[in-house]
Amino acid sequence: MNLSRRQALALGGAVVTVSLVPIDFAMAASDEATKEAINAFTGGADIADGGVKLTTPEIAENGNTVPISVSAPGAVSIMIIATRNPNPGVVTFNFGAMAKPAAATRIRLAGTQNVIAVAKMADGTFRKTSNAVKVTIGGCGG
Amino acid sequence: MAKIKPRVKVPRSVKAGEFFTVKTLINHKMESGQRKDKKTGKKIPRKIINFFEASFNGTPVFTADIQPAVSSNPFFQFSMKVDGPGKLAFKWVDDDGSVYETAKPIKIG
Repeated sequence: MNLSRRQALALGGAVVTVSLVPIDFAMAASDEATKEAINAFTGGADIADGGVKLTTPEIAENGNTVPISVSAPGAVSIMIIATRNPNPGVVTFNFGAMAKPAAATRIRLAGTQNVIAVAKMADGTFRKTSNAVKVTIGGCGG
Repeated sequence: MAKIKPRVKVPRSVKAGEFFTVKTLINHKMESGQRKDKKTGKKIPRKIINFFEASFNGTPVFTADIQPAVSSNPFFQFSMKVDGPGKLAFKWVDDDGSVYETAKPIKIG
């Protein structure tokens, strides 16, 4: 693949932006609220990374309606958390025996932030994944 | 507020044991409780759909516990499979206690 200088610069810029994002969020005051929301779901159990597929737009122009979809083979329920929303909890899906452990919905994001999906597996273990979403205009009023 | 009308899309007929997609939509403002009235400066009280359930012949298939961070006119899509025909019932529960319901027949074919 041949990249022009312009494309190469744009790519480099994108990489830098993505790598900076987690540092910003680590300092968020709502970290505690996020932890609490996750603990309420897991009961404080350990959470392994991976095994959950969360699809979010990289850039959401309108934070009032951000389409997301999530799937986790073998999950009985999946919780979606928006780390920088006034209340981090978004929605919890529970899957019966007839349902495929996958769902899609539209959510509100107050600003650029990480969206986390925590899945509870049939054997009682937990798995999670996290995606950064850039929001141009935040939802949740204001 | 406009009349609340749930809308659901299921395939006309499905194959037994094969996954099919169900899409649901209900018109609802999903007032988050965070917004302020511009005139009075007071917070507008929260009023959202806090629970959604789809059940097949009485067995829960898919449920969602909903927080204010779900967009207005909440949309849910999920996949399911059935072994035989039956009735897929949908239920939305409002903060004010109202329940909105609809149902679709599932045909095998």
